Amino acid sequence: MLTFSASRVLQSLGVLLIASLMTFSLIFLLPADPARLVAGPSASVQTVGSIRRELGLDRPFAAQYALYLGHLLQGDLGRSYKQQTGVRELIASRVWATFQLMLGAIFLELLLGLPLGIWAALRRGRWPDRLVMGFAFLGASAPQFWLGLSLVYLLAYGLNLFPLGGYGGLSHLFLPALTLGLGGAGWYARVIRSSLLDVLSRDYVRTARAKGLSGSRVVVRHALRNAVSPIVSMIGLDIGVFMGGVVVVESVFGWPGLGRLVWDAIRVVDIPVIVGVVIFSALIITLANLLADLVQLLIDPRIRYS
Amino acid sequence: MKRRTGTTLIGLTLLVTGVLSSARAAPQQGGSITVSYKDDVTTLDPAVGYDYQNWPMEKMVFDALLDYVPGGTTLTPRLAAKMPEVSKDGKTYTFTLRTGVKFHNGRTMTASDVKYSLERVLDPKTKSPGQSFYTGIAGAQAFVDGKAKAVSGITVLAPDKVRITLDAPNAAFLNIMAMNFAFIVPKEAVAKAGADFGHQPVGTGPFTLKSWVSGQQLEFARNPNYFIKGMPHLDGVTVKVGLDPSVAYLSLQRGEIDLLGDGIPPAQFLQVTRDPKLKANVFSKTSVNTTYLTLNTGIKPLNDVRVRQAINMAINKTKILRIINGRGELAKSVLPPLMPGYDKAEAGYVYDPAKAKALLAAAGMKSGFETTLYTTSTDPNPRIAQSIQQDLAQIGVKVQLKSLAQSSVIDAAGTPKTAAMVWSGGLAWTQDYPDPSDFYWPILSCKSAVQGGWNWPFVCDKALDARADKADRMVAPAQQTARLKEYASIFAAMNKQAVWVPVFHEVRYTMKSDRLVGSVDDLLDPTHFINYERLSVK
Repeated sequence: MLTFSASRVLQSLGVLLIASLMTFSLIFLLPADPARLVAGPSASVQTVGSIRRELGLDRPFAAQYALYLGHLLQGDLGRSYKQQTGVRELIASRVWATFQLMLGAIFLELLLGLPLGIWAALRRGRWPDRLVMGFAFLGASAPQFWLGLSLVYLLAYGLNLFPLGGYGGLSHLFLPALTLGLGGAGWYARVIRSSLLDVLSRDYVRTARAKGLSGSRVVVRHALRNAVSPIVSMIGLDIGVFMGGVVVVESVFGWPGLGRLVWDAIRVVDIPVIVGVVIFSALIITLANLLADLVQLLIDPRIRYS
Repeated sequence: MKRRTGTTLIGLTLLVTGVLSSARAAPQQGGSITVSYKDDVTTLDPAVGYDYQNWPMEKMVFDALLDYVPGGTTLTPRLAAKMPEVSKDGKTYTFTLRTGVKFHNGRTMTASDVKYSLERVLDPKTKSPGQSFYTGIAGAQAFVDGKAKAVSGITVLAPDKVRITLDAPNAAFLNIMAMNFAFIVPKEAVAKAGADFGHQPVGTGPFTLKSWVSGQQLEFARNPNYFIKGMPHLDGVTVKVGLDPSVAYLSLQRGEIDLLGDGIPPAQFLQVTRDPKLKANVFSKTSVNTTYLTLNTGIKPLNDVRVRQAINMAINKTKILRIINGRGELAKSVLPPLMPGYDKAEAGYVYDPAKAKALLAAAGMKSGFETTLYTTSTDPNPRIAQSIQQDLAQIGVKVQLKSLAQSSVIDAAGTPKTAAMVWSGGLAWTQDYPDPSDFYWPILSCKSAVQGGWNWPFVCDKALDARADKADRMVAPAQQTARLKEYASIFAAMNKQAVWVPVFHEVRYTMKSDRLVGSVDDLLDPTHFINYERLSVK
């Protein structure tokens, strides 16, 4: 397991390098001048040129990238063009909020998705099954900005159950986490339903039933334990999916996380912030997947990694 | 009957007296307000931050030597004790400072701080967008180029006196000295905070920055030692960031927000303006900006003035105003109505597709032509571009739309022979200061018609440049009427060249809570956007 972990960490470094190169290249290819965006419309062409030189944007691509990598190896992610603050400090100031949001979303998608999926599997072909599948379809297809604003209007403004937005305790977290997690809850319900249906038709389940075990005991002790394995992998993948979703959800709810930070940076082509957040996200996604693999190893002894 | 009349008269008198006395009543001191914005505040460094959001917040923390009468274009002394003395040749300005004004760190402001602040803006290391506004000061270019350690044209005469000499007379120089870039900052605070000065600002202003939680909110507290007695009225201002405008609007309804920094969201606009109760807290004012369509004179057949005039006549501006829910004033010329030099008599091009067709035919384009129109991809701009496309189709001009990210539109528009037409929605030209030269040099002069510039029609009329240059040298107060008349004539000449289709001047709408007290000039100031120091609560 140690060899496996070490090799995955090394692979992660390669992923980070490729992510930084790809992001840097894409931004470089963009038909946009970051110096003009920093300077604004009123600055003269001479001032824009002066800012371009100061930011090092007049150098060739290879030189800019090499300089960036050099700083990156020393843990320096550069300074924001627009805010002039260190990117590392900016990410540090936002990461906890995004982590809370993701954790809340994972919790809610498990809380909703697992029971609904089990219910649908146990009532296969009947109205609960159709209802849950309908919910899964809606949850996965509803645009997050629409869903977020609808939840704000209905639950926060209409019923006054939650704050209208902003950052704070659990009451502030609930609606953004629900918006982020609702689509995932639908997916989880579908996956656990399929997985459970598959397991319920296996011989050992039939044997357990034949032994006279109660229905709930068969499901909880025997079937569910085997059916839950794909969910662990999905949680690992969720982190990647959420990194995209947080951009929209954080903007709707005014949640001060990495999504809003990178969205603001994209609008003004703030290269150091964009590349910094991409590298950080790639690191988190890689680590989350590694963690999911390791957890799966622990819960399912049949799996062997080499 | 007589008695009833008498009673009515007494009642009316009391009513009028009451209204007048309440109008004249001094604003209540104390209390605090909360303002909402969608975007994060990037910086409060006045040398760096330059957008509608951080501009008024910087003004809470800092002061310039000069300021404007709220809502107007008349300059008034601020940190200066009086208006500066100007030499006869119009090149030298001597400022006398107020004495005893203290920075938030307790140190007294002096003339050396004025010199330091201006040199800081000019220093390339500061990366100030405002650098070029001050390169007209003698010796400034040498300082920018690294050939001099100080700007020779800024001389400290005494702790309360500073002299600024220009290379050439510039009638707009005092306006430039009232910009945020010319806010006075203490050297030691900048040195202490380093690049983070924008997050730890220290000035002389009516408020101090109490706290800043990135991505969440900024809290400003009243400066008890502010040099203008009785200002500010509020004890504190909280600026909440990251609030979607629709969510902010609901928060205002619930009493959690006092002022919508981003204005009324389009989805709620009609509801708000039609509801008499809500309408009472809505304020509107025409901005000093122009949203326009540019016609690139370097691309055929737009190099023909008749074709450009035909396009000017073919576009139905009233239809475009309907698309934006009437939140604009129809534009007839480049200059907006509140800009000095605006000519009320300028009729512009009247919507006349038949005449437009005839002009195209005269230009040898009877069967029309094909061209491209660039627009930013954010609503309502693609819809407006489609409206323009339909209008031009009526005169035989086939338009291909290119709807791109704002940064890409700016890049294409500023590259010669690339973008035939550009719809400036979302990128309207807004005044930097209330002087007509600001609507000429950065966007219509020969020096701005270069790669990366903002002169998107790439128009270059050297004769008009010479006239504008001559007008800018008219510095004496007695020459100002003639100067503005000359600028009106320059813009009339530019209008004849039809390099722009000026479409509308944005009317800004904002909404406040019942408890917030402020006039339209305080809430929608054309220069500072919001005058926080003048706001109060009931």
